[in-house]
Amino acid sequence: MPHFANIAVSILFDGLAYAMFLFITSVGLSVTMGLMGFVNLAHGAFAMAGGYIVVSLTRSLGIDFVPALAISSVTIGVASIPFERFLYRRLYRSTDLEQVLLTIGLAFMAIATATYFYGPIPKSVPLPEWLQGDVNLGFRYFPSYRAFLIVLGAALIAILWYAFERTNIGAKIRAAVDNRRMAESVGINVDLLFTLTFAVGSGLAALGGGLAIQLFGLSPSFAVIYLVLFLIVVAVGGLGSLKGTLLAALVLGVFDTGGKYLLADAGGFFIYAVTVAVLLIKPAGFYGRE
Amino acid sequence: MTAALQVEGLNRAFGALPVTRDVNLTLERGARRALIGPNGAGKTTLVNLITGALKPNSGRVLLNGEDITTLSQAARARRGLARTFQINQLFRGLTVLENLCMTIGERDGNCNNMWRSAGAKRSVIDEAIDHLESLQLVDDALKLVRELPYGRQRLVEIAIALAQKPRVLLLDEPAAGVPSSESHLILDVVAALDPDIAVLIIEHDMDVVFRFAREITVLVQGAVLTHGTPAEIMNNAQVRDVYLGQDSHRGGQHG
Amino acid sequence: MDTTSRERARERAAEYLLRRHRFRPAEALPWLIAIAVYFIFPDRMTFGSQVLIMVMFALSLDLILGYAGIVTLGHAAFFGIGAYTVGLAAARLHWNEPISGLFAAAIMAGLVGFITGWFLLRYRGLTLLMLTLATAIMLQETGNLRSDISGGYDGLPGLTFDPLLGKFDYDLYGHTYYLYVLAVLAVVFYFVRRIVYSPFGQALTGIRENVRRMHAIGSPVHRRLVTVYTIAAAIAGVAGALFTQTNAYVTLTVFDFDNSAKVMVMLILGGTGRLYGAFLGAVVYMVLEDYFSKLSPTFWQFGIGLMLVLAVLFARRGVLGLFESAGQYFSERKKS
Repeated sequence: MPHFANIAVSILFDGLAYAMFLFITSVGLSVTMGLMGFVNLAHGAFAMAGGYIVVSLTRSLGIDFVPALAISSVTIGVASIPFERFLYRRLYRSTDLEQVLLTIGLAFMAIATATYFYGPIPKSVPLPEWLQGDVNLGFRYFPSYRAFLIVLGAALIAILWYAFERTNIGAKIRAAVDNRRMAESVGINVDLLFTLTFAVGSGLAALGGGLAIQLFGLSPSFAVIYLVLFLIVVAVGGLGSLKGTLLAALVLGVFDTGGKYLLADAGGFFIYAVTVAVLLIKPAGFYGRE
Repeated sequence: MTAALQVEGLNRAFGALPVTRDVNLTLERGARRALIGPNGAGKTTLVNLITGALKPNSGRVLLNGEDITTLSQAARARRGLARTFQINQLFRGLTVLENLCMTIGERDGNCNNMWRSAGAKRSVIDEAIDHLESLQLVDDALKLVRELPYGRQRLVEIAIALAQKPRVLLLDEPAAGVPSSESHLILDVVAALDPDIAVLIIEHDMDVVFRFAREITVLVQGAVLTHGTPAEIMNNAQVRDVYLGQDSHRGGQHG
Repeated sequence: MDTTSRERARERAAEYLLRRHRFRPAEALPWLIAIAVYFIFPDRMTFGSQVLIMVMFALSLDLILGYAGIVTLGHAAFFGIGAYTVGLAAARLHWNEPISGLFAAAIMAGLVGFITGWFLLRYRGLTLLMLTLATAIMLQETGNLRSDISGGYDGLPGLTFDPLLGKFDYDLYGHTYYLYVLAVLAVVFYFVRRIVYSPFGQALTGIRENVRRMHAIGSPVHRRLVTVYTIAAAIAGVAGALFTQTNAYVTLTVFDFDNSAKVMVMLILGGTGRLYGAFLGAVVYMVLEDYFSKLSPTFWQFGIGLMLVLAVLFARRGVLGLFESAGQYFSERKKS
């Protein structure tokens, strides 16, 4: 392939993989913020926790990577429920600032705990054979792991889309995001709905955290460093929108990857410049409601 | 002579739902007009359009002959347009005195001053006390707004609007939420308003309307049904239909 | 109401407002303590300077967060601009005069504050949080881009500064600089205090309490917000400048989100909108951090997180708020 096209394809592929990671981890945050208006800055900590569970499962218990991902997601999803019911619920009517402070406090506690048990040095996970090395997609070789990310992401998108658009529960969630009071008055149990979406969102975050290990390595500071990214995806995509989160993840993922490929040092700049540009024009994000 | 307030062809829709339809309204200087209509007729929306809290899809608003349609809420307020809200919008954590001083300070530019103490300009304080006095609120001057009973808070709401020295005053259900034992306080104030100010009052209570209004505008589903004097409105069959017909046919109104 | 009782009401009203704004004896306390520290802990002067700098930084944030009620995540940007104005002037332009450095820092930071504030303060909530955060990071990345000028994350070490007012030189134990920072803090504080108790400050409180009402009474809300944001940025810039001067060193880490979060935590713990909350919060935080992070940084981080959670759940108005509540509780008991 001509050199330029080769680079373009690499950027798109890697960008797509990165976008899948961003989407999987951020979609839960977007829906919960859109549904309950709750600013949850501990979301990154859930992702980090999911990652560390995968590390423990694969390294200490010898469980395979993919099953470990599944176990970790479910565990964190379930574990997040008491947080929502007993802690977050008390602050639904509080100011943004108070929610920010509470959840940042929780994130700090989580980071300290992770540092205590795992240490600050980045961890990796043993991958199964089929996820290592490259896979031949006909015209070119691509890293297998990233191909896996893309396929997994696409599958999850399809499942989430179906759940959102075609099921009863999805309809209720969309209604509650649209107009919570109306939804309540029509008899939708918004509290239960929120616990459910929060659990699923946290579980997905944990999945994202597990997937991130191979991409970036996992250290306790993951919880805040990548939180910024998740927040950006959510803000740019629009709160409570599946479509928005996906579009934002794609745009930001590809731009960031492209920026780093082409302008190594200046690369990090782009994702923030794009964010500012989008928010100045559409403050509620691509598909947010104003 | 130029009207104090003129509304021409005002239109506003939320998505596919029209909430204000081709409204025309004129308030002469010193007008006393009531805006009535069934629930959901769009009365508050109209007030929001006039004050600039909402932008219209088309139409114009003129204040003393000046086109203010593109001006911000604050710019219109500075030109003499004041309003009260249906639910009190006060500075609840501050004293009644400070609520008034802030309003006067924003009006006369005192609030641009970053250097002297907020209590240093006597003219602001004197004027605040004068306003409070005329509404019998002086004894409450140093109390926090949130400590006052709702009826007195409602008076503070009106005091703030008056402290803006408006030429046009829009009152959105001034007696709403006030226990009947205290509503006379509000009504007396409304009755005693400066005759030079053009006043538009949204009201449901027909007794209040007939006591206060020299003209009435009836709004139904966002459009003006008719204007007239109280006598004309009382005898208007269409108006009766709107109010009585719906009650007897549908047992209530929403929309 | 007759003339005399009206006059009395006016007098009472004026007295009420003026009384609150006069200096109270208790206000001398933090300053006396700061001076006492100079004599009691002569070996902790460098640390003392850093604490005072944080007080100034927190004070600048209080103007925006505590008084105007605007939540941002990028306040460290202005601290960084001030720090780098002085750092670059010293390292590249050989401009080493400290006091003019402060003014330059204030102007640069204020200018950036004015420009960004003008655009960004039209937004609120998550949008504003993200915009301010992204702006701060972009400034940091810009510095990183030209690391040949900025020194990147290694920074600009070994800066030197002229003696203050031509006479007082930096001494190894930082005595001179402690008094210098204290003096600058006193001047800044005086200005902030005047602003907060002025009619403008009152308007800020109004914007925080009920912005809808402010629009309706004709307040030029955006203009007021940009003004206070600019002033706060300038003060944060001065704090940053002092940071560079007292450390003789500056790196790009001054722009870190960590710093924006840290100063917010300090302010919340001390109590927002109370002027002295910045003092209390910064001092308590810095002292605790100094002690605990030497013991165990992990333990410190956990402790801060826990403090935040507890503060939000039980002490929403910070430590000063707790004092106030206690004071109210006791005075009500006395009444009954």
